This record gives sequence, structure tokens and C-alpha cells, in this order.
Amino acid sequence: MVQLRLPPNSRIKKGKTFSSPTKGPRMKLFHIYRYDPDTKENPRLDTYELNLDECGPMVLDALIKIKNEVDPTLTFRRSCREGICGSCAMNIDGTNTLACTKHIEACKSDVKVTPLPHLYVVKDLVPDLNFAYSQYTSIKPWLQSDEAPPPDKERLQSIEERRKLDGLWECILCFCCSTSCPSYWWNGDKYLGPATLLQAYRWIVDSRDEVTGERLDNLEDPFKLYRCHTIMNCTNTCPKDLNPGKAIGKIKEKIVERL
Amino acid sequence: MAKDYQLTDHVYDVVVVGAGGAGLRATLGMAALGLKTASITKVFSTRSHTVAAQGGISAALNNMNDGDNWRYHMYDTIKGSDWLGDQDAIEYMCLNAIPAVIELEHMGVPFSRTENGTIYQRKFGGHTIDYGKSMAQRSCAAADKTGHAILHTLYQQALKHKALFFNEFFAIDLIMDKDGTCRGVTALSLEDGTLHRFAAHMIVLATGGYGRAYLSCTSAHTCTGDGNAMILRAGLPLQDMEFVQFHPTGIYTAGCLMSEGARGEGGYLTNSEGERFMERYAPHAKDLASRDVVSRAITTELQAGRGLGPLKDHVYLHLEHLDPKIIHERLPGITETARIFAGVDATKEPIPVLPTVHYNMGGIPTNHLAEVVNPTKENPEQIVPGLMAIGEGACVSVHGANRLGTNSLLDLIVFGRAAAYRAAEVIHKETAVKPLRPQDGQEAIEKIDRLRHAKGSLKVSEIRLNMQRIMQNHCAVFRTKEHLEEGIKKLNNVVSSFQDVYLSDRSLIWNSDLVEALELENLLQQSLVTIHSALNRTETRGAHAREDFPKRDDKNWTKHTVAHLKKDKVSFTYRPVHLYTLTPEVEVIPPQERVY
Repeated sequence: MVQLRLPPNSRIKKGKTFSSPTKGPRMKLFHIYRYDPDTKENPRLDTYELNLDECGPMVLDALIKIKNEVDPTLTFRRSCREGICGSCAMNIDGTNTLACTKHIEACKSDVKVTPLPHLYVVKDLVPDLNFAYSQYTSIKPWLQSDEAPPPDKERLQSIEERRKLDGLWECILCFCCSTSCPSYWWNGDKYLGPATLLQAYRWIVDSRDEVTGERLDNLEDPFKLYRCHTIMNCTNTCPKDLNPGKAIGKIKEKIVERL
Repeated sequence: MAKDYQLTDHVYDVVVVGAGGAGLRATLGMAALGLKTASITKVFSTRSHTVAAQGGISAALNNMNDGDNWRYHMYDTIKGSDWLGDQDAIEYMCLNAIPAVIELEHMGVPFSRTENGTIYQRKFGGHTIDYGKSMAQRSCAAADKTGHAILHTLYQQALKHKALFFNEFFAIDLIMDKDGTCRGVTALSLEDGTLHRFAAHMIVLATGGYGRAYLSCTSAHTCTGDGNAMILRAGLPLQDMEFVQFHPTGIYTAGCLMSEGARGEGGYLTNSEGERFMERYAPHAKDLASRDVVSRAITTELQAGRGLGPLKDHVYLHLEHLDPKIIHERLPGITETARIFAGVDATKEPIPVLPTVHYNMGGIPTNHLAEVVNPTKENPEQIVPGLMAIGEGACVSVHGANRLGTNSLLDLIVFGRAAAYRAAEVIHKETAVKPLRPQDGQEAIEKIDRLRHAKGSLKVSEIRLNMQRIMQNHCAVFRTKEHLEEGIKKLNNVVSSFQDVYLSDRSLIWNSDLVEALELENLLQQSLVTIHSALNRTETRGAHAREDFPKRDDKNWTKHTVAHLKKDKVSFTYRPVHLYTLTPEVEVIPPQERVY
């Protein structure tokens, strides 16, 4: 059988181990992906032992504790620490999620932390999201309408019309979903991926937007939309409990409806 | 050494530093008005802390037919500011709130809706009808994620208008001319470690607050007030820095925000005796009194031993009496936060909360056109050419000594918009941007190089923790001379200890150890100014409560603190409060006793 392996310079080596200066009943090992772009050495997994009695409850608390007290070179994005900014998206315990809302206790054994999968790694847990951002821009994610709004009044939208946006507009662009999707791994250059498609649907169903036809035209393409094979990793992994898989299904429905 | 660093020059009409609500509103407005605009931001735009704003943005739209009027909004804001707010700027904000919020809807913000299809508005602390007679429904909301809704929409509009973003660029310092004109800004690109000089007709600082000077705050890790510190290092002053808002309901102990909208929808607070204690402190507005009032009330209850838990160090916020349908529809975000961070099901049990640092009323002094002001004795309204400031980092001042909930999102949008209009007015596009001199930005290079190779004995995190503990213990809700003086002594030591910092990461690509060191320096400078300003103001006003001076002193203190920092020494001058309006449309509200 064919053995598939990562290219030699991407293979993860065993790294350093840092043991905790204090001990307690709740010790935990964190295996954290490290990549230093300056040395060009292979990535490695460093192991940090933490005493959870001296650490906050979330995986982000552990990462910050390591950075503050053990190894300030550990590099990751973080900002709001309450699950709304989307900075600290990474793979924890095999699942893409936000480090700030992931309880350490929810990880049964050792905690393995790696960057979001299948993106270029800039350094340690910091992936390059520029291409994902440009895909988001490509769907023209802004309200488009030919008719000018009333000059000094809001556009009207009923409660029912507005409800259609729930579960869509709350997306925080963390890209946990897109980077969990095997189709996006293989065809990420052409397939838009669940995060961007969820946003596309957000504008398609907004009663105030008037270019639905054009939006659907732009998506009707063997790659942009139809690389979704309803694997549903996106929905399983979304840290905000949104359902990108369903949104993609709805776009396909809309395209069928107009045939 | 300089040759080790690649220096790239850029020229734009306008460079906006920061891409939160204010920065984005300015950026898209300027791009739409035809100015060549660049935005430099240390985090990708939608990660900015505006994203965490919850309850809403106020505007007297009167969608709920409660007879609302922008004049009531103006009165409430002045009263909320404890008469330290500038009334011309407050008039401008409350009047322009209406078109500014309508524009947001036109841009596509997914506001919650009323039965009539108009924007839904909820109650919020300190917002009233007819000068305090009843509570107003003025806060335009998108569930309890209004900041998220607005920030994402503004980013989308900026994309539409093809504004240029320099993402993950950390601004280091302003480039100032000898004559005091701002010419540009230096920045470090995290992605590749290159250094950049941006020259422009106008630099706009939209860099936010500095909540991270404290140990427990609702603010993001990135809220380090970088622009404020750039101002201090440019020899310019900051204004009213003693006014730090404690939000009454930060989650115990994580500090995450529980929106005031929770109380706006009918939530209330209780102490260990199950008493709704706010009825004692604010018989009229009760749980919807102004934030400073509620935070002081909670702190007083805790000091009297009526706190909950083994340490008696928090109170309860109750929502469980509300219809779960309302909670689900209007407060989904805080319900989720309560579940994740306090392990509490808010539809069934109370949420443990305590006052938590939330907002900085003080900042870079500006006028209502967003132009930065450097007050002198001869001209307290002296403009700094080429420089604007907007958002939480600016002190217009519309919030005075205490900001009302929902007025911060409003401040961002109204003055971001004002900055765009003003920039389009004052910038002559046909005039070339004055070229930078070779020596401009050299100090920034030296600073980066010095810090990157710093070989002292203290980690950035150690110094930061020392500073945060001092600010939390010595410059909190209640303040005294003795306590502040002790804090200053300790803080001076911490500031000097920064000379002994040690950096572990010596790389150039995504060196977050270096960025945290730069942010720490910024926080230290602002902490110094804050605690000195708090000692200097010998009265109680808004969020600044001096136990040794428990009354407001209008005779001596109806004036803005103007603080300079030179070689770690803080000095003060003052600027008069604008007790005048912008137009004859509305009259000045003279100082009154402030009761809720």
C-alpha cells in the first residue's frame, strides 16, 4: 500500500520538555506545535507540564501561563478571551476551536495544540489567513441594492425576515470550519469553504439585499460551492454553534429553485 | 544597527491607526470621499475590541414611541458625565446620533427589529425621557452582540470602498515636525519584521483604551492604549486620565462583560441577604442608574460584608425571572458567556458578578471635529496640525467623568464619521505630502533594536503583573490620598524596573514577546499619568470617587485635567469645560446635583 507522508521539512520532530516547578493533584501535559521561521528547522512538539491548580480554566489560560512564566517565545494570536473576536482559533485535542472558550478539563488526557490545519504556518500557532480573507472579500460581503434607502429612515425589515439572519451574522471569521473541511484541504484554492459560504448565504437571505441572482451566479461553479460534499465537519467544529453545512445546503437549494 | 532593518516608506492622504469601530468608520468614510486612505492595525480588523460591545448604540430615534428626543439624550449624557463633558461636543454627538445610526442600518447592520420593522431599542442605564422622568428605550440593538454586528458591517463597507489595510502592523511612534505638525507614523510589520514609515497629510489615532493597565478588566488583551502613549512620547498631553469606568457586572472571576442590556431587559442585582440593594442607592432608576453609581453601590455592599461566596466578594445578577424566550432572543451572547465562564444557566440561576475595569473616559484631547488639541494657556483649543484622534483613545470630551452605556459605540461612529468629513475638508489632495527626513523614524528603529536584544533580568509578564496589581489595588473604585501616594511610590519602582527587562524572543517574524514589551511600555506610561491625575483631582466626580473628598467641587474642579509626561514625571495644566453649546438649537445645562 502507498504510504503517504508529509514532505521531509514538514515532519514534526520531538521537542523540548519543560516540567512544572510545582506539583499538585491536577497536573497536565500540553504538547504544543512549535515552528521557528528564522531557523527553518523542522517543526517540533514541545511538552509543557502545568499544575492546573495554578492555572485558569481555559486552554488559552494555559498558553498564556506558558508564555508568561515558562517560554515567552511561544507565539499565538489572542485578543478578547471571551469567544467573540476569533483570534485564538487553533486545533486542540484534535478539534478546531477557540482556545479561550475550550475548557482544559474537557480534554481527557494530554492536550495537544497545533495550528489550524492545512494553512501555511507563519510561526508556532500563527497560521497565514490572508488567502481565507481574500476569499471572504471575493463574495462581496456587503449590502447591495439598486434602490436608494429612505434618506432619513432605516429600511424596514420584519421580525420574521430578520430571524432568517440568525445563525449566520454571528460568524466571527475564525475559520475553524473551513480548515476542518477535507474538501477545503484539497481544493482550498478554488473551493470557497464553509466560512465564506456561510457569509455568502447571510447576504443571499437578507431581505434588504437586492442582488441575490448575481450572488447565486457567482457561486454556481463546480469548485466555489459544489466541492461541499456534506461531510459536516464544519458544523461539528464551529465554536459558535453555527451551521455552515446547512447554509451551504440552502444555497444549493436556492440554485435548484431557480432552474 | 539601522542597516539590519529594512525600512519601507509609504505615502497616503490619510493613515488611520487602528481598525476598530472608530478607525473603520473613519477609514471607509475617507475612502468614500476620495482620499487615498490606509489603515494600519495590530490585529485583523474584526478582531478589534469593538467586536465585544454588547448592549447597543444609542440614538433618539423614538422607534418605541416613548417620546424620545435628542435633547433628552444630550441632558442624560451631560448628567452622566457629572458635568465634566463638553456640551458642544455632546450636542453634536446626540444630534448626529440619528443620521449616523440610520447610516449604519443602510450599510447593512443586522439590527434587531420591532413589530413595525424598525430598529429595536432597549432601555439602558442613565437614559431617560423628559429629563429623568422615566427610563428611555434608546439603545439600538442587534441582540446582545451589537458591537460585533457593527464592526463586521464597517469592515465590509471598508472592503466595498477599497480601503487599504496593513493588517498586523504595530504602530510605534508618531513622526512630528519641529513646528509641532504631525507628519507620519512608524510601524512594525509582524508578519516579516520589517519597519515602515507612513507619511500622510493626516494621521488618525483610533487606538482604543488601556484597560489592560489593570489586573481585572473586561478589555481584550490587546487594549493597551498604544496611541495614547504615542501622544505622550510626542510631548503632547492626555486629558482626564483619572476617570476609569468600572462596569458593575463583569463575570466573577473571569472579568468577561455581562451587558448592562441584561438589566435593561429587566435583570436586577442582589446581595448576600437577597436584597435588591440598588433601591437604596438609586430609588428612582434602581438597577438602571449610571455605571459609576452602581459600581460604587456594589463596592459599598461588599465592604459592608454583604457579598456572596466564601470571600464575600461578588453579588448576583438575576435574569432567571425573565421569559426564556426573551433571554434567548435578546441576550443569547451573555447567556453563552455565563455558561462558559461561570458554569451558570442564566435562565435558571443568578450570575455572579463584580465591578470590573471597562472603559477609559480620558485620552487624547480633541475638539468635536476629531482634531487633536494641545491646550496652551493662551489658547486652550490649540489644534495639532496633521493629527486626529477618535474612539475610546480620544477625549472629545463627550463622556466627561462617567460614560453612559451605549454612548461608546455612538462615540466611535459619530466621531469616526466627523473625522472623515473634516479630513476631506482640510486636506488638499493636489498638494504633495511633505517628504519625511532621513532621520525620521530612527528612534523607532533604535527602540525596536534595544528591546529585541534586552538582556535584563525581568520578564515582560512579571513587570506587567506588578503594574496591574498596583493599579487594581491603589487606583480602583474608591480612592484616597494615602493609598494613591503609596501606589505612586510602588509604580515608580515598577516603571524603573522596565530598564531591566529581558526578552527571550530575539527574532523578527511575529515576535509577540517584543510586541508585548512595546505594549507594556505604553501601559506603564498611561498608568503613571492615570494614578497621578487621580491624586491631583481633590474631589469626587463621576467615576473618580475620593473618600477623602466625597463631594463634587464645581468651583475648583469644573475643568479638564491636562497631563504631560516627561522622563517619567507627570505635570498638569488645565482646560476649561465647554459650558456652551454649538448652536442656538439647545441651551446649556448648568451643573446640578446628580441623583438617580
